[in-house]
Amino acid sequence: MKFDRRQALAVLAAAAALPMTARFAHAEQILEQVRFFVPANPGGGWDQTARTMEQVMRTAGLVGSAQVTNVGGAGGTVGLPQFINQWGGQGDGLMVSGLVMIGAIIANKSPVNLSMVTPIARLIGETEVIVVPKESPFQTLQDLVAALKADTAAVTWAGGSAGGTDHITAGLVAKAVGADVTKLAYVAYSGGGEAQAAILGNQVSCGISGWGEFSEQVAAGAIRALGISAEERIAGIDVPTFKEQGVDVTFTNWRGVFAPPDITDEDKAKLAALVDAMVKSPEWQAEVKKREWLDVYQPADAFAATIDEEMTRITGILQTLGLA
Amino acid sequence: MDAFADLANGFAQALTPITLLWCMVGVTLGTAVGVLPGLGPALTIALLLPITFKVEAANALILFAGIYFGAMFGGSTTSILINTPGESATIVTALEGHKMARRGRGGPALATAAIGSFVAGTFGVLGITFLAPVIVDFALKFGPPEYFALMVVAFVAVSAVLGDSRVRGLTSLFLGLLFGLVGIDLQTGQARFTFGQPELLDGIDVIVITVGLFAVGETFYLAGRHWMGRDEIVPVAGSLWMSKEDWSRSWKGWIRGTLIGFPIGAMPAGGAEVPTLLSYYMERRLSKKPEEFGHGAIEGVAGPEAANNAAAAGVLVPMLTLGLPTSATAAIMLSALQSYNINPGPMLLKTHGDLVWTLIASLYVANVMLLVLNLPLIGLWVKVLKVPKPYLFAGILVFAMVGTYGVSRSVFDLGLLLGVGVLGLLMRLYDFPTAPVIIGLILGPLAEQEFRRAMITSQGDLTVFATRPLAAGLLVAALLLLVLPPLIRRWFTSRRTGEAALEG
Repeated sequence: MKFDRRQALAVLAAAAALPMTARFAHAEQILEQVRFFVPANPGGGWDQTARTMEQVMRTAGLVGSAQVTNVGGAGGTVGLPQFINQWGGQGDGLMVSGLVMIGAIIANKSPVNLSMVTPIARLIGETEVIVVPKESPFQTLQDLVAALKADTAAVTWAGGSAGGTDHITAGLVAKAVGADVTKLAYVAYSGGGEAQAAILGNQVSCGISGWGEFSEQVAAGAIRALGISAEERIAGIDVPTFKEQGVDVTFTNWRGVFAPPDITDEDKAKLAALVDAMVKSPEWQAEVKKREWLDVYQPADAFAATIDEEMTRITGILQTLGLA
Repeated sequence: MDAFADLANGFAQALTPITLLWCMVGVTLGTAVGVLPGLGPALTIALLLPITFKVEAANALILFAGIYFGAMFGGSTTSILINTPGESATIVTALEGHKMARRGRGGPALATAAIGSFVAGTFGVLGITFLAPVIVDFALKFGPPEYFALMVVAFVAVSAVLGDSRVRGLTSLFLGLLFGLVGIDLQTGQARFTFGQPELLDGIDVIVITVGLFAVGETFYLAGRHWMGRDEIVPVAGSLWMSKEDWSRSWKGWIRGTLIGFPIGAMPAGGAEVPTLLSYYMERRLSKKPEEFGHGAIEGVAGPEAANNAAAAGVLVPMLTLGLPTSATAAIMLSALQSYNINPGPMLLKTHGDLVWTLIASLYVANVMLLVLNLPLIGLWVKVLKVPKPYLFAGILVFAMVGTYGVSRSVFDLGLLLGVGVLGLLMRLYDFPTAPVIIGLILGPLAEQEFRRAMITSQGDLTVFATRPLAAGLLVAALLLLVLPPLIRRWFTSRRTGEAALEG
């Protein structure tokens, strides 16, 4: 049987590689163990990032063992206080989080924020994309912008929950083109599937979400992509950027890792070295490619600066949208 | 037909020993998960996601599909035997199913649930095979106004579960609607009724309320009763198997449940709870013995059970044809695909057709396996009723707590569970029905969000409900359902007693 033969081959290959990996593992191991803290439920984006990191770190022999803890809820604002209060000073802890959490912290008026943890690295990102139903009269982003300027409330947007990255991007676009942001007709859906259904069924004027949500529908010609929020064009995505089309908005929905507060400089350096080695490993690069993630790696200091900038920008737009 | 050849290929793949084994593991695990209150298929599959690093794509998908279908089967077992729905889609089953069990008819109740699930599952999978494109086109015509109209129909159907006292039933319903408001509002991002508790920002989990009201409340109640020295459940009276009358009362319910469940399940915002409620309402209205409802009518088990399984199959339609995950479980199954470098989307059937057909064939196999697994187990399951109550309910309480804590790892949820349990006890003592609470909790947010979405897209114009034909049709249907039965009843009062068998 096919399965058996493949399995046998895999076992053989693994056996052949065993002495090699064992030697590498011994040579390269940076930490005895690492514990991931995921402020979201199993199955979501942050959880998948953590589990992929865990897998890569172990197969590349960078850590001896790894485990994942999930504390989900409210865009991460349920888990964050726990990470700050209970994990403080623990040099083997890594929290996976992202831009979504900044928005959630502001909108939920959370008493804690990301400046209370230790940024280690920005890892991966995704560009936002604006799409329209295939029956839509809008052919380019300019058509949409013109309609938005003429009557903001008549252009309906479908995307993720209010105050999330999709809503924020829609708000930034409306603001950049000089439309009345307070009149933005944003229809929030809880899941990507429901928002996609509304767009496919031509129930809304346009949709906005992460590229991964819509890429297959665009490839199949079921919906049309008008523009992406990335700084410049992305290989493999045949869609012009907002900037090219005269809308001065760039936005990347990133995920990164943070260490607990109050860890020693030595621990911080070790975690940074661990993540750096992981990012450079071929296993990680293969996963990034497979999952169509955008590699937006930034080491600790640059990452800390990014967080500060984003906090200011997002607070501003959420206030304009009436959410903060 | 092409579909036949592809399906035959799928069966060739699905019937290999390895695949059968994965399927077997899946349905067994799924049944267990369905039986345990608190644990659901979405969470189970999410926890098993890391196996996608090691196992072949087809096998992993088959395992997940087995868990999904198995959970639907398992959920009904506890609903019927111990009035503890394992899944929110089996709440309606508990209404009549548990009454049947208390009258010693647990065997036929479990049998009609199992066979109904099998019939609906089979028709559902047939529907996926041959009707998927048609159904999907229809489902996409549903925009916010249509969904809101559908929810109005569902609210009318709630009248069937209000119990003997309208006032009590409506009180319960509004309690559920209130619970449904808790948390961050999706459209504005503002917190409502959270009292500054971050744990409440995501709202109250339906599972916590279900397990709290039914399992924990029931446990408290029975603990009290036992202490007072009363005990009433008859383990088994009469045959374990369905009588001729049971069959003739069940089969129409299975068919009708399937016809309601499959299309609504296929709708992106349909879900499995709304069709079970509509099916229950329909069976109650069409039954020749409406007076038995509330005291263990077999139609009230047959219809909703078929509806929830058909809906479970329906959910897979947008997932497989359009790549749209429309339930938590479907979303997680799709994220599993991404681990294999397969991007779920409208091209899935073209680019990975063999995989999709293997999955569909496995669903047939899983269905047969579940029937084979469940029918002989009925004899064993009803023995659960012979377990002395203190032990049984101590066990349920432990499982409910472990299940709830396992899902959220939050002590807050445990406190909430116990609080809701006390509420459940009070409701039972003062004779308030508990099912309307859950239904309000599920329907309320759906209706509210769809109404507001409709208002945003129409710029506040209420006439969308009248100008869109589907929405208007559904609203008229709701109105007729509300107005006609009392009129007809008055008409027939001179000839019949009880409720009229006819309606519009």
